Amino acid sequence: MSIVENFDLYAPRLIDKGEYFSVGHTACAGCGEALATRLVLKGLGKDTIVSNATGCLEIISSRYPTTAWEIPWIHVAFENAAAVAAGVEAGLKALRRKGRIPDRDVKSVSMAGDGGTADIGLQALSGAMERGHDMIHVCFDNEAYMNTGIQRSSQTPFGAWSTTSPPGEVSFGQRTWKKNIPEIMVAHNIAYVATANPSYPLDLIRKVEKARKLKGPSYIHCLSVCPTGWRMDSSLTIKVGRLALETGIFPLYEVENGKYRITVDMPEPLRPVEDYLKLQGRFRHLTPDKIEEIQARVNLA
Amino acid sequence: MAKRKRIGMEVALAAAEAVGMCNVDVAAVYPITPQSHIAEHLSELVADGKTDTEYVTVESEHTSMSVCIGASATGARAYTATCAQGLMLMHELLPIASAMRCPIVMSVANRPVNAPLNILSDHSDIMPQRDSGWIVIFSENGQEVVDLTLMAYRIAEDKDVMLPVIICIDGFILTHMVEPMEFPDQKEIDKFLPDYKPYATLHPDKPLTMGAFAMPDFFPQMMKAKDMALLNSKKTIVKVWDEWERKFGRRYRPVETYRTDGAEVILVTMGSMSETAELGVDELRDKGVSVGLVKIRLWRPFPSDELKAAVKGARILAVMDRAVSPGTGGGPVFTDVKAVFYGEDSRPIIVNYVMGLGGIDVTVGDFVKMGEKAAKAKKEEYEFYGVMG
Amino acid sequence: MAGATWREIFPGNVVLTPGSTKEYHTGGWRSLRPVYDNSKCIKCGICYVYCPEGCVSQDEDGYFMANLDYCKGCGICAHECWPSAIEMVKEG
Repeated sequence: MSIVENFDLYAPRLIDKGEYFSVGHTACAGCGEALATRLVLKGLGKDTIVSNATGCLEIISSRYPTTAWEIPWIHVAFENAAAVAAGVEAGLKALRRKGRIPDRDVKSVSMAGDGGTADIGLQALSGAMERGHDMIHVCFDNEAYMNTGIQRSSQTPFGAWSTTSPPGEVSFGQRTWKKNIPEIMVAHNIAYVATANPSYPLDLIRKVEKARKLKGPSYIHCLSVCPTGWRMDSSLTIKVGRLALETGIFPLYEVENGKYRITVDMPEPLRPVEDYLKLQGRFRHLTPDKIEEIQARVNLA
Repeated sequence: MAKRKRIGMEVALAAAEAVGMCNVDVAAVYPITPQSHIAEHLSELVADGKTDTEYVTVESEHTSMSVCIGASATGARAYTATCAQGLMLMHELLPIASAMRCPIVMSVANRPVNAPLNILSDHSDIMPQRDSGWIVIFSENGQEVVDLTLMAYRIAEDKDVMLPVIICIDGFILTHMVEPMEFPDQKEIDKFLPDYKPYATLHPDKPLTMGAFAMPDFFPQMMKAKDMALLNSKKTIVKVWDEWERKFGRRYRPVETYRTDGAEVILVTMGSMSETAELGVDELRDKGVSVGLVKIRLWRPFPSDELKAAVKGARILAVMDRAVSPGTGGGPVFTDVKAVFYGEDSRPIIVNYVMGLGGIDVTVGDFVKMGEKAAKAKKEEYEFYGVMG
Repeated sequence: MAGATWREIFPGNVVLTPGSTKEYHTGGWRSLRPVYDNSKCIKCGICYVYCPEGCVSQDEDGYFMANLDYCKGCGICAHECWPSAIEMVKEG
């Protein structure tokens, strides 16, 4: 793979040209999570240790005896990515202090899906953030338990089809609204909380670099468009991700020391939510009144 | 050997003192009765700088084991302690720690598992961990707790082992007893415990992947490797115990014997009840009953050869179980012991007494009664001793 | 490493070779292939940024193209290319 040199013209020179996530991984074609991971790792650099929860990312990248990871990586179980990362951080701290490893800044990062962050992983995440470990937790939110077959999670959007919230005679799909994890993370008083989206790669990488430099816990919630689970064409991943922002459904912001800041401007007025919903098969059963409800909810914010 | 001072202290505190002497890098402990004194005292040692350890006050036992695995993977020496519900919560992670060859040491303050809740002592928390792939060692008294804890990392981190180790300490009966114990010098322990040199570590200077998933093309081989690792660890365990005897004068064997010479009936025990059983055997002998005692110290890997050798010549074995294995028709130690003799030409009659559940006191008199009963056994028996109805 | 005996597997099942998924050519998956019209290409690198595989690289002249050993034919690059220099064409 030749090194990319000439794209300084248009793309910023700040994107690390190193690839820390190798080709040959078995993500679906057009996978937003694989792209997000690739970009997040460019922001993190090679002095990183990743603790990964069970899920799509773990499965597509680590079939024994191969691995797509070019950096040290560990997978233990589903609900404890943040806890394992806390252990890695504590281990590195002790070893550095005792002079058993070089005194170099190596960042511990946990990566988990929306299930491994907001549902089964919430306890471990909350504990790790509360204890103030110097780590980053990145949530790759594809809005369902995708790896096990698109079952709903607390991050599945209102009205979405999933295999455990299917619309039917007496149901319209997912009944609850997305649990606001970034808000919960802000309530933990941690150094940095941000939302991210690979459709806005420079914003994503900048946020990751910021989190990496800070001492203490950081949390990044990254939208991961999933063509397979969201029922859409694989070529539309970036476009749908962009629409998530332009409709106000997934704003990009960061919170530092309690101060909120929008990092990518949304159009005024916002585009109607229908533009986002109509491209995804998981919403195609929605009746106009349900779409109204979603629009009203966005307008409220 | 120099005469060392014996110090009287609560066994749980002594366990923490022993851990404090082991240069542990990361300790992640969540409190649970009757282990809490270990957690508390260890954090005091850390706070006073008596041991240079990252003490992580985790929010659950599942997290304490996760933190230990993460730390161990970076090359840090990791410790935790728990029992009962905490151990059950960690259960998911125990086979992971052993498969990933993380030489974590854990003190388990054996306490019954819910329901109903009971904070006292029995072995029902360690029995469900039989297939976890961990080395499991039982201690009988405070001195053993100190010695076995001090030896644990030496065994766990040996390059021929590289497996996690559990040291069982009967809850309350041992943890909360004040006993006189001898502690070696810190310098002696520093020499006895070499640095932890893992097979592989997580560090960017040499990136690698731990915890990959495996399909059937590799999985069965990986399982065999797990089994063989645990089976082969016995050699090293015995070697380390021999080294300890040479250095510190106290002897540890996978199976200990007491007055088994010429014994017709042999009682088989594990844990703190073994000491009481010794007194029971003395009384029975005085009464003319031909009885001896075998104490299983190494629970996993199961010491089949040593057990067979220890009970050679006995006609009846009375296995004491401090836990129930519902639906099996026998307690867990009973079924393991029976299996050992299945292939033998001459097999003793094996009877099973399930006793001491929920922390109920087991006295010398109880062992005398059980010994007399066992001596009259004509065939295999399974009964709950001292249970009304 | 296929056919490894239990003794040959590294203890703890550690994978020692980073990036070893390169041996699996995911290019066999695709049904559409990116075809490049370099006369339109402005060498912006956006196709390189947005490729989930990370299989896009530059040639000596600075034009970008996907490594067909790994390209899954998702079509993101064609969709996002500003001057529409990439077209997805049926394989075979």
